[in-house]
Amino acid sequence: MTRTGESGGERPALAVWKFASCDGCQLTLLDCEDELLALASEVRIALFLEASSEVRPGPYDLSLVEGSITTAGDEQRIREIRRQSRYLVTIGACATSGGIQALRNFGDSGEFRSAVYASPQYIDSLATSTAISAHVAVDLELRGCPIDKRQLIEVITAFLAGRKPDIPDTSVCTECKRRGLTCVLVAGGTPCLGPVTHAGCGALCPAAGRGCYGCFGPMTGANVPALTGQLQACGMSRRTVDLVLSTFNVAAEGFARPRREAAGDDAP
Amino acid sequence: MTHRSRQLQVSALARVEGEGALRVVVEDGQVRDVQLRIYEPPRFFEAFLRGRQYTEATDITSRICGICPVAYQSSAWQAMEDACGVSVGGQIAALRRLLYCGEWISSHALHIYLLHAPDFLGYPDVVAMARDHRAAVERGLRLKKAGNAILETVGGRAIHPVSTRLGGFYRAPAAASLTALAEQLWPALDDALATVAWVSGFEFPELELDHDLLALREPGCYAIERGQVASASGLEFPARELGQHVTEHQVPHSTALQATLDGRCYLTGPLARYTISSGQLSPAAREAAAAAGLGPACRNPFRSIVVRAVEVVYAVSEALRIIAGYDPPDPSFAEVPPVAGTGHGVSEAPRGLLYHRYRLDPAGRIESAVIVPPTSQNQAAIEADLREVVAAGLDLADDELTARCERAIRNYDPCISCAAHFLDLRIERR
Repeated sequence: MTRTGESGGERPALAVWKFASCDGCQLTLLDCEDELLALASEVRIALFLEASSEVRPGPYDLSLVEGSITTAGDEQRIREIRRQSRYLVTIGACATSGGIQALRNFGDSGEFRSAVYASPQYIDSLATSTAISAHVAVDLELRGCPIDKRQLIEVITAFLAGRKPDIPDTSVCTECKRRGLTCVLVAGGTPCLGPVTHAGCGALCPAAGRGCYGCFGPMTGANVPALTGQLQACGMSRRTVDLVLSTFNVAAEGFARPRREAAGDDAP
Repeated sequence: MTHRSRQLQVSALARVEGEGALRVVVEDGQVRDVQLRIYEPPRFFEAFLRGRQYTEATDITSRICGICPVAYQSSAWQAMEDACGVSVGGQIAALRRLLYCGEWISSHALHIYLLHAPDFLGYPDVVAMARDHRAAVERGLRLKKAGNAILETVGGRAIHPVSTRLGGFYRAPAAASLTALAEQLWPALDDALATVAWVSGFEFPELELDHDLLALREPGCYAIERGQVASASGLEFPARELGQHVTEHQVPHSTALQATLDGRCYLTGPLARYTISSGQLSPAAREAAAAAGLGPACRNPFRSIVVRAVEVVYAVSEALRIIAGYDPPDPSFAEVPPVAGTGHGVSEAPRGLLYHRYRLDPAGRIESAVIVPPTSQNQAAIEADLREVVAAGLDLADDELTARCERAIRNYDPCISCAAHFLDLRIERR
């Protein structure tokens, strides 16, 4: 990584792309109210359709990719974007794990389609919702549903400075301790996914008096079975444990594997 | 030119939330067909909500739209509480309204300054606009930040708030944190008033829509998070009767379903709200509207930017009013035990009316979910508007006509993720 754009311009070219998603992660960039204009003088915003009708051709130095792959056309589009991008960062749960719409991967997607649409034949949609990394090489994955604004600024700043971004792969618990919060799970008996969830939000939910619901997805090496016992001791049924692991990062392997294994235990 | 058989494809309607395309067919100088094609890939929320717990719908449906998550949460908890026979009032209801004011301020400031104003002033985006209008853009960003400050203080996070739950809030904010918030909102009121003055000086093409208008109405206030459904044509009914009047149907060219009101094309959103409830605005908002040249009704979609600015004044003054009367609720939520049955919820998302309906089993499992977002309700009205724009602009060059169409679409602040991100405009001239 270097500060100067290698794609031809004097400033690095930034592109923001969207696939199946809610727009919340790219909105996070526009929510940087104090940094937006300064950022725009450090990079060339070459393509950001939510914010600009000016579209400049690639290649791009930094591509931020929101959303999951759910159509055949999008499978092709992400490959082309990869070819055009020097450094590609996925932003958010949809792009890094398939998002909430990946619930279809575990159900009958044909039935899903006819449940919503009277004439499902008009709908172009794959049977699965998959992460960007299932299709192309990804240089960095930024977690969260939505991503955290400070982490986004850190990634862009590090890119501009040519250094590695400081994005710790620890659990929400470490952030909770650092904030000096009382553990909602141990002290309050409130079910919390903090021990297995990737850090980055700053322990927002425990600070609001609720258990973490895992919107940043599983941390590396998460020990979900150990937590499952604790959640059941707090009064959660097996079904409820399964539900809390199958939300915005349902297809992330760190949550999907323990669910499969728990279901396997139930098999006759 | 208009008699030649011709197909034109222009990429990218930018500055909207979502993915879509516009197809226009012109034959022998007549507009034969206009289709707003929404091809945002479907995510099947209504399908996978089935079998989930009733307590999960607020966090899950929030993910339909990152720009108006509070609208989704509000319509969802209202529907669930309706199904379970729980009515939440007092300070919890006031906090919910305060949270929603935050979303109106933030979403409207985004649309006014970052998405819509560049159309009036001739820039591709806010960054280019800031080179010549730095002070105005900074004011817009300050306003947006003030809205987000409400969302963060009350909801714990600006996008997909975390403090909210069925029955109220996991934890209510301390009185001191709302007092600090008010300090930030007083200057925001000045910024909001300056915004009305700024946008009222733009040039507005003459256009009057004659569609019916649909919005919530509530006695004593400008309806936001609840109310009766009312139409400009004189209908008034509770949320539970919405399904008897509003019908959704699928069209081949779109992944968004289209809706009609008793068989008619209609419009929701700022123009509808203002026309139905302008008399309920706060004095500050009413004065700003009058100074901006708005009468009691507004049916010009280009002027929707002025109405949004007036609504920002209202939302800021309403937030300040709620904070002044704030007394932290204890407990911060009402218990909502599950009851088998059907519940209805309706609220005013920044871009229009948002309806949810759920059927629950006795254990609170969702048996069916129906969500009617504003953009699918507005789609037919947008197409009708585009038809007029194209008919009036047949002599224009394709790129100029395209720009006009894109602008007409942005008037409605469509949320295509509630549908994507760009529109491909295709004009076929035969």
